[in-house]
Amino acid sequence: MSPKPGSDSVVLKPLPMRSGRWYSLRLEYDSSRTRSPWWTPVLSVILALLLCAGFIAANGMSPLVVYEKMLRGAFGTSYGFTETMVKAIPLLLCGLGIAVAYRISVWNIGAEGQLTVGAMAATAVTIYFPDLPSFWSIVLMLVFGTAAGALWGLMTAVPRTHFGVNELITSLMLNYVALLALDYVVFGPWKDPKGFNFPGSPVFTAAQSLPVLGSTRLHIGLVFGLVAVLLYYLMIRFTRWGYELRLIGANPTAARYAGIHLKKHIIIVMLISGGLAGIAGMAEVSGVTHKLMQGISPGYGYTAIIVAWLAKLNPLGLIVTSILFGGLIVGGYSVQTIGLPSSISEMLQGAILFFLIAGDMIHRFRIRRSA
Amino acid sequence: MQDPSVEMRGIVKKFGAVTASDQVDFSANAGEIHALLGENGAGKSTVMSMLSGVYRADAGEILIHGQPARIRSPKDAALLGIGMVFQNFRLVQSLTAAENIVLGEKSSFWRGSKWMRNKREEIEALGERFGLKFPVDRPIWQLSVGEQQRVEIVKTLYRGADIIILDEPTSVLTPGEAEQLFATLRVMKQAGKTVIMTTHKMKEVMASSDRISVMRKGKMIAALKTHETDELELARLMVGREIAISRQEREATEGAPLLVVRNLEVAADHGRNALDALSLTVHEGEIVGVAGVAGNGQKELAEVLTGLRTWRTGEIIFDGSPVKTASVRAAIDSGISHVPENRMKSGLAGRLGSVDNLLFKSYRSEEHSRFGFLKAARNRSWSQELVRRFNVKTPELDTPVQQLSGGNQQKLLFAREVSHQPKLMVAVHPTQGLDVGAAAGVHELLMELRGSGSGVLLISEDLDELLQLSDRILVMYSGSIIGESDHEHADREVIGLMMAGIRSVEGSAV
Amino acid sequence: MDFTTQLLIAAISAGTPLLLATLGGILTERAGIIQLGAEGLMLMGAVTTCIVYIRSGNLLLALLSAVAITALLGVVHSFLCVTLRANQTMSGLAMTLFGSGLSAYIGKPISGIPLPGTSPKLDLGVVKQVPVIGEIVGRLDVLTWFSLLLVLVLHLLIHHTSWGLHLRAVGDNPATADVMGIRVQLIRYSYVTAGAALIGLAGADMVLAYAPTWNEGLTAGRGWIAVGLVIFARWNPLRALFCAYFFGALDSIGFRIQLLGSAVPPYFLKMIPYVVTILVLMYLGYRNRNKPSGTPESLGTPYIREQRF
Repeated sequence: MSPKPGSDSVVLKPLPMRSGRWYSLRLEYDSSRTRSPWWTPVLSVILALLLCAGFIAANGMSPLVVYEKMLRGAFGTSYGFTETMVKAIPLLLCGLGIAVAYRISVWNIGAEGQLTVGAMAATAVTIYFPDLPSFWSIVLMLVFGTAAGALWGLMTAVPRTHFGVNELITSLMLNYVALLALDYVVFGPWKDPKGFNFPGSPVFTAAQSLPVLGSTRLHIGLVFGLVAVLLYYLMIRFTRWGYELRLIGANPTAARYAGIHLKKHIIIVMLISGGLAGIAGMAEVSGVTHKLMQGISPGYGYTAIIVAWLAKLNPLGLIVTSILFGGLIVGGYSVQTIGLPSSISEMLQGAILFFLIAGDMIHRFRIRRSA
Repeated sequence: MQDPSVEMRGIVKKFGAVTASDQVDFSANAGEIHALLGENGAGKSTVMSMLSGVYRADAGEILIHGQPARIRSPKDAALLGIGMVFQNFRLVQSLTAAENIVLGEKSSFWRGSKWMRNKREEIEALGERFGLKFPVDRPIWQLSVGEQQRVEIVKTLYRGADIIILDEPTSVLTPGEAEQLFATLRVMKQAGKTVIMTTHKMKEVMASSDRISVMRKGKMIAALKTHETDELELARLMVGREIAISRQEREATEGAPLLVVRNLEVAADHGRNALDALSLTVHEGEIVGVAGVAGNGQKELAEVLTGLRTWRTGEIIFDGSPVKTASVRAAIDSGISHVPENRMKSGLAGRLGSVDNLLFKSYRSEEHSRFGFLKAARNRSWSQELVRRFNVKTPELDTPVQQLSGGNQQKLLFAREVSHQPKLMVAVHPTQGLDVGAAAGVHELLMELRGSGSGVLLISEDLDELLQLSDRILVMYSGSIIGESDHEHADREVIGLMMAGIRSVEGSAV
Repeated sequence: MDFTTQLLIAAISAGTPLLLATLGGILTERAGIIQLGAEGLMLMGAVTTCIVYIRSGNLLLALLSAVAITALLGVVHSFLCVTLRANQTMSGLAMTLFGSGLSAYIGKPISGIPLPGTSPKLDLGVVKQVPVIGEIVGRLDVLTWFSLLLVLVLHLLIHHTSWGLHLRAVGDNPATADVMGIRVQLIRYSYVTAGAALIGLAGADMVLAYAPTWNEGLTAGRGWIAVGLVIFARWNPLRALFCAYFFGALDSIGFRIQLLGSAVPPYFLKMIPYVVTILVLMYLGYRNRNKPSGTPESLGTPYIREQRF
């Protein structure tokens, strides 16, 4: 990086200097450069791929072959691509929820749990109201799923607003509680009696399943996601509520001085955030797995954090990054056929996040010859 | 004549596009109290920060006791015997005074009770010698501001400094405490130390210093002997033109009471009473000044009146009707506007542009939004108009306001607060950090508000500002109003004494 | 052995990894850096221990590798948070995600293989004869003794040495520490690295004393509980001891109740530590609403020297 023309060029006095050595260089920080250039996310993905290539090579595999297989698995065939889109749906919904909360610096890392309880509530509808007509069944599942997710979000929000508890810890603890509750119902009361003792609810009827596109597994949840993103964009941009969030995000103290109640907004965004994750959970059981079982989410709630961060809370960016990370998950599954664990995609996600964080800051530095 | 103990030549320091120090030369001698005089933002603190190693100079050289010195860090400065008492104290709040003082000490890894006892005695002896008393064993956050300053001074002495820099030392002190400080400085001078003090208060400079250097807009303007100059000359040098400090001429107004506060009691953050049986009245078309040393309840008073803080007992009657609960929205809607203490911290959102910042208080109104949607185009033209009317200089309407100058930020804030025709304005330190021109602009705006029949509650630490603008001055001490005087009879000395909590002085009506 | 003694032993055994991780968190956060990567660090510590122990059969080597790897991750966290001034919360989350992904990936081949041994116990001779106490003490392993010693050492270090004074100063007010000639960056790097290594050791202890085999995600949120315990312990090593054992007891009480033949489904008993973490933090928040919480003042704020005041 070269210094910008016109920026403070330094007149150095001839002081005794350790000349020409590497250690006479120093990093200089320029806080005014707040916008990161377009290439930082790209570069972080490339560096993450390089780092993980090392681990793959250590396993005795050729990284190029593995990456090629992942790419082909995720985007190379029409089946792979629709699978990628199927995975992108929960990522988009959860990522959007995380982004909404993060607008006012509320960290929701509990999307995993909110998704889980959303799926459970939707399943409850199928179990307790098994004979509803298709439309009402889906609507009720949607309502229950959203409400359960929102309630789970509320349980994160209230300790923060009324007891000053860090929402990171609360939302994460609730993930474990939700997963244990899921275990309980699929092993216990909701277990399919005809399921050969396999943990899981009875399979949903056609009336309880979301419509799909043709013969693919791509379901109408995609429309839910896209509509939610559009609404998000419009709300943030044009409404009073969006303005209030913008104000809190930019300066919470000033927002308080303007008569905006931070607590109220924390509760609102967590309700929305949890509700969106709940919809994602409902869409997963009703659109993809067609029954409630363990492991309905391969960590969507966590991946969605990266999706939101990578997209910089931008609506269009959310759509693009969810598809990208959906592909990463599908790619991870596709390398299982050559004997690699699918956790390779998790590892890649973590690495991408690392480089992304560094990349967000690194452009603010330039290397200087120190006096 | 003796060699100067500190000599700075051609010092340059830039922060981005701003030159904070432009080819500054400066020198001070051992055994003297040297005042570095200048307005806020003139570059005094920057120059002294370079001497103490907090900043590195971009160019120039520094000589200490005649030897060229490379001061690259506070550590280097300490080794050269330079110690600085910063305006915002460099003390760790959770540590005790003694722990703070020995913080830089590298010797002795183990610090049992015996070691600490020895150090305590050493510190107490040092304090006694220079007339600096404070509780050694209590954590800093429990000490008063004056005591904290004494800890800071003892800290520099303990570390063996013989060049001691004090940055705006009197800004946090009562006149009495300031006198005490000057006595200490004289002892230090007698001990052969070089004492450098930055300030913008000419009276103090005349009363306490031996020599004076004057800075203006990053440049060194003059170096003078104190007994060869006077306040008028200093003022001219400081500001660059003649200024006459005079009280603004005015016609007395007879407005109806607008705000009546009776026996207000407010709890502070740590359980004490921040406001204690406080009563005051503001009439229409009146500027009421509130004088007092920081931390005597001014902040809480402003917060209660603007709905940010609840109160325990007492009543507030605004515009004829009693205020029941603390609500910012209710305060805004009833016509109370607020110019908060720290613009960028609580008044403006630095990352956002002018439109968003102007909408702060009015975005809920019919005029600016309907059915929850903002009227974007209309708000834009409305903002454009305000920016033009209040002469805010901004490159574009969407430029983040953190990139504007302090004066323009304050103009923007006033534009917002005045735009909804407030009945009462609560202004807290409205000219803090502004240059003379911008401050005069703010004063004009306040006078205009007064002229239009609004009431103004002006809370300020700048006594000159209060004397100049206020119809009545109230003095706040320890959470209550302990004295009052009107525009004609306001007396600097009397108010100064009352700020220190001394009430019964003849001639002042309480 | 009666129920109480058994519970005490279980509490200490389940509490030790929590204690080590909490101490690691205390060191990191005392220096002013948030550590939310505890979960990932514990997993990395656990998986490294398992791999090296199974491959080499040498326990000491396994522990040292775990410490070295997590210390390295600590350096990465410091580099991001101290040098690059990146978002500390995000860096911790990245550490957790990366740690769980990488540990699952490299741990796959050894998943389910039992370790060759557990952590050795100290032979205390006569003490073992003392009723109850002897029974408890005799069952403590080396890492437990080490963690107890560490509590004492860290307490003395923080409150009675020059290093501790410097640490407290850096955590509360780095600008002042800097002016006083304390090397803020060096101290932050050191304590973040040491803290990460301790959290890694906590992971090692989990597999050695608790679940003697590697399973993907075996920490099951213990790292996050430790993050909560740091707050619960108010950044104080002595309090950390009690808090960690309290949670150790909660952690094992469910299993004990089940052994007694309770009708409550085990899933609900397993929820206890997570739910109690939230409740305890809420209680603390309520009780300390008007008091300083003991949080290091500069926690989460990167220090930038050349700042215009």
